[in-house]
Amino acid sequence: MLVHQIHLPHHKHSAENETIDLPLPSKVTISMAQHLGVPCAPAVNIGDKVKIGDVIASSDAVMSAPVHSSISGTVTAITDVLHISGKYLKSIVIESDGLGEVSEKILPPVIESREDFLKAIRDSGSIGLGGAGFPTSMKLGFDPKEKQPDTLVINGAECEPYITSDYRCFMEEGESVLDGIKLIMKWLSIPKCIIGIEKNKPKAIAKMTELCKNDPEITVMGLKSSYPQGAEKTLIYSTTKRVVKEGMLPISSGCIVLNSSTVAFISQYIKTGMPLVRRRITIDGNIVGKPRNVMAAVGTSLSEIVASAELTKEPDRIILGGPMMGSCAFDLDYPLSKTNNAVLLFADTPVYEPSACIRCGRCVRACSMNLLPTELEHAFDAGDAKKLTDLKVHLCVNCGACSYVCPAKRNIAEKNQLAKNFAREQMQKMKKE
Amino acid sequence: MSKLKIEPSPHIKSAVSTQKIMLCVILALVPALIASVWIFGLRALLMTVICCTSCVIFEWVFEKITKRKNTISDLSAIVTGMLLAFNLPVTLPFYMAIIGCFVAIVIVKQFFGGLGQNFANPAITARIVLMLSFTSYMTSWAAPFYYQNSGEIITTSTPLVSESAPDLLSLLLGTTGGCIGETCALALLIGGIFLVVTKIISPATPLCFIGTVFVISLITTGDITLATAEILSGGLMLGAIFMATDYVTTPITTKGRIIFGIGCGLITMLIRSFGTMPEGVSYSILLMNILSPLIDRFTVPKAFGAVKQNGGKK
Repeated sequence: MLVHQIHLPHHKHSAENETIDLPLPSKVTISMAQHLGVPCAPAVNIGDKVKIGDVIASSDAVMSAPVHSSISGTVTAITDVLHISGKYLKSIVIESDGLGEVSEKILPPVIESREDFLKAIRDSGSIGLGGAGFPTSMKLGFDPKEKQPDTLVINGAECEPYITSDYRCFMEEGESVLDGIKLIMKWLSIPKCIIGIEKNKPKAIAKMTELCKNDPEITVMGLKSSYPQGAEKTLIYSTTKRVVKEGMLPISSGCIVLNSSTVAFISQYIKTGMPLVRRRITIDGNIVGKPRNVMAAVGTSLSEIVASAELTKEPDRIILGGPMMGSCAFDLDYPLSKTNNAVLLFADTPVYEPSACIRCGRCVRACSMNLLPTELEHAFDAGDAKKLTDLKVHLCVNCGACSYVCPAKRNIAEKNQLAKNFAREQMQKMKKE
Repeated sequence: MSKLKIEPSPHIKSAVSTQKIMLCVILALVPALIASVWIFGLRALLMTVICCTSCVIFEWVFEKITKRKNTISDLSAIVTGMLLAFNLPVTLPFYMAIIGCFVAIVIVKQFFGGLGQNFANPAITARIVLMLSFTSYMTSWAAPFYYQNSGEIITTSTPLVSESAPDLLSLLLGTTGGCIGETCALALLIGGIFLVVTKIISPATPLCFIGTVFVISLITTGDITLATAEILSGGLMLGAIFMATDYVTTPITTKGRIIFGIGCGLITMLIRSFGTMPEGVSYSILLMNILSPLIDRFTVPKAFGAVKQNGGKK
């Protein structure tokens, strides 16, 4: 089977620069929705003193992950903050006391069973650090009686241009990645692991191959540098030749996919007990003088993150995440969340005017899910929910390849996102009637 | 701080644009244009310029009158003008060519909604309209290099109706009777290779179209020279490379394009062998244009990981 992929410019300018630690910020704004799923409820009140690692919000929902304080200081506000998704989300504002004190509750978890391990993962606040932010405890909390996965796939593809945070993770914390893999394989009885890394990162492939040389059950696989190689279903196919069926989770194909940075974090948490309060983030873009990765506290404002980036110009566009799937930030006060792997700053970027579709078929040949993007667009414009469903609009992974290759500069990917919701709502309505 | 732009992802776009695609097609037609001037003289160039200019003017005026967005900068009208001129005999009166341009741009393209909306290829349809309206003018072919003989027009037959043994070299170079841009197979092939290399067209349609004609001819005549002559003569190269690959009026998937090419080849051979007309390329493309939506419907690719819905049709 042929899985369509496209070639993108890589722009990995920050790849060979060491990650630098940012000083603790004077203030953090921590959103209650750091992950996909149910947002947390605040567990602190205004005026409370908190230290690094203290739980400040949690939820009983399965699809969730607790949120911890990333600095020590005082809770000064619990307020609604406009999120880049367009929704207002409850956020906790903490003013730093400048001490950077670590909570006394931070202790390495004691793990003696599978249940202990899963509880530790949940307590760590771990989510997928690749961008989507799926709670890790949910991904790993499968029922082995129902379906026991046989392969752990580590996503080190990093197929989006500019971003190098996973690459720096391999280079600086390769041992932690390996250790995390072994922990997960041990406690969840997964016999095999494949680390997938795009071939444009030969040093990371060499380093991981060297580290894994005594572990025959772990293989490092060089993948074609093409987009969207790191999309979950594409990656599973590239590494195992298995196809995740429509409407099923990856585990149905016997695979669990975790981002390399997530695995490295899990290893560090098990060693130290320090929950997810900091992350690596790539700073790049056409006005960034010093493209590199920084370690920043969750909740730090973007302006503090880019302070040392030596901008050559005022940005007119700020993207959180990669240029293909990231979202636009609307100001520099916006706080870093657990899911942000990059902040990209641009100026003088071209603005395109969409023109008529000429049916060239480039989107069709770019679609990794083998859909017909232009037909989906027509069906959406015609309000034809039945046709959208027949054409499997729900399988679209929003990778943006169709919009990227379109010579008429049409915003096909955007339409497909709208079409997905539209088709789902209409079909539900039709079922009810 | 200046205002930040907000837009949905993706935030980067490839360098390819409609205008660049059309420019590549125009460039790919230039070798055939040069050959036509060599074979048929400067009137061939003049005919091409007149057709291009009229197409652009018709498009501009129509969009002005109907208050549509001006689209002449996408260069598609120039491509239509060039292709139409290439499908006309060099001796055709200019006013007839201009009527053809009107049919192509206003009736076939703009009446259906402009670029991307027309169901049939504008140049092909205009050629067919002219063929039916001005049959004698449209089927009198000037002999190659007639312009060197004191301007006197000597007409000749196209190789398709000629009884004598085919001369493959002159067919390849185009020194035969025929429309302006269709005779020189070599120049058209150069243009076609350029378009395939620059990934403007997929080779599926031309290969299937030409291949089908070749195979049928080989089976019916049993002679490889005759079969080669069959694919080098008439409007086959021009049609297969430049008109059967028109994005708008042909299927969108590779599978669909293969079916389209084979269909074109079959119809061309049916008309060439049994029809009253000597040439069938333009009719075959027009007929397959009409079938394209149907082909698209039956060649929807299987989505990655898709499963058949219970009780659903497909």
